[in-house]
Amino acid sequence: MTAAPPSMAVRPAGRHALLVELPDAERTGAFHAELLRRRAAGTLPPVAEIVPGARTVLLDGVGDPELLTRQLATWDVPLHAPGEGAVVEIPVVYDGPDLAGVAALWGIGEDEVAARHSSYTYRVAFCGFAPGFGYLTGLPDALHVPRHATPRTRVPAGALALAGPYTAVYPRATPGGWQLIGTMPDPAPLWDPSRDAAALLTPGTRVRFVRGDA
Amino acid sequence: MTAAKFTVVRAGALTTIQDAGRTGHAHLGVPRSGALDAPAMRLANRLLGNPGDAAVLETTLTGCALRPDRAVTVVVGGAPCPVTVDGTPVPWGAPVRVPAGAVLDVGTAASGVRSYVAVAGGITVEPVLGSRSTDLLSGLGPAPLGNGDVLPVGSPGPCPPLPPAAPWPAPPAALTLPVRLGPRADWFTAGALRTFTAAAYRVSAHSNRIGLRTEGPALERELTGELASEGMVLGAVQVPPDGRPVVFLHDHPTTGGYPVIGVVPETALAAAAQATPGTLLRFVSAG
Repeated sequence: MTAAPPSMAVRPAGRHALLVELPDAERTGAFHAELLRRRAAGTLPPVAEIVPGARTVLLDGVGDPELLTRQLATWDVPLHAPGEGAVVEIPVVYDGPDLAGVAALWGIGEDEVAARHSSYTYRVAFCGFAPGFGYLTGLPDALHVPRHATPRTRVPAGALALAGPYTAVYPRATPGGWQLIGTMPDPAPLWDPSRDAAALLTPGTRVRFVRGDA
Repeated sequence: MTAAKFTVVRAGALTTIQDAGRTGHAHLGVPRSGALDAPAMRLANRLLGNPGDAAVLETTLTGCALRPDRAVTVVVGGAPCPVTVDGTPVPWGAPVRVPAGAVLDVGTAASGVRSYVAVAGGITVEPVLGSRSTDLLSGLGPAPLGNGDVLPVGSPGPCPPLPPAAPWPAPPAALTLPVRLGPRADWFTAGALRTFTAAAYRVSAHSNRIGLRTEGPALERELTGELASEGMVLGAVQVPPDGRPVVFLHDHPTTGGYPVIGVVPETALAAAAQATPGTLLRFVSAG
């Protein structure tokens, strides 16, 4: 822990990385956006990887971690305006096998889940688990649902899923314990390593789900 | 440009294509990947006049066998092993000419785990996100070798090869890994922190390219809550619920939800990659 604004704790992770811990998801997103802004402006010292987590941002491959730690202490990080940045629209059909269970947890009818879930604008908080797998925040606290105690051995590619505070769309078939509420009919755009931007859902991207026909 | 092709005659237990890996994509959930014993890869390449990070083959314990369709020059390094061409013993750790149609056999490691087969010109499969490495966690890059696979080989470059007198480090009889505590050392009891750098561990047979797993005393947590997913560095020593530390190697997940008690520097990981199951392992505090 070093001299940084009181809202930020800087934890060294080895000799060339800093794990910066923020008090909540919102300020984590704001700090991540600030890092990207400064990198684009050429005012961030060289950093090989900027990896956001739920309440942290990992800076890996840092040339001079002590210097960067001192610089971070002087940063004034604005909470980002909710309207900024591009919005990616993802077409989905709300037809998942856990739709009834989620409706019960939400205390609404099964036919109301689609309207509710697609009414929010989400934001990719971080990626992990698999290439192009984004953890999307934006669901109100009251709508958070638990994972299944026993994961499914196979969740199909394109599955629209909920767990805790997160929404995700599985870029490919994997085992998974999330609650499945729908399907992105063509999930191929989520991850395409031959494309310049291999992942559709990069940290900081805002996302809307657009209902299609079943 | 393809100068020659290898046909895989015997794929071995697990043989993958590796280079320096794909950095810069961790924020998309893409592991770094790359050769676990990077110094061995670089030395084998330099003995051939290749760039140090030209793609090579990384074998696991049982080697592999290959047949080139044109004469090629190779170096087998890393874990020491018998090497033959059409059954005739040839040097390990130095350039060897393999005639067209002959079978290069990389034998079972005499010590260590991973041998490296470099070829003049490098293995030139199509790169994915800037790397030819096989990533076993996420499935990026070429699949592990299978019998009958055909691998393209590039044209030998213009770099002058190193003189063949380079030293190959021996695989470790016992492994000592320096570790810097943090970023989550405060999630462990004082007793666990003492145990971590005082106890004798052994390398587990469940180790793989994702992590070096250990057997030994469990490390008790001070904080028992759930850690929110956070970024993980190469060499991170993560402690899962069973309390046995896991040292993250090149195919490690980019984010994780178990606390990292300390970090082993990258320079110490080549030895970790060559430590056979059962090897005595100690973590030593290195500031």
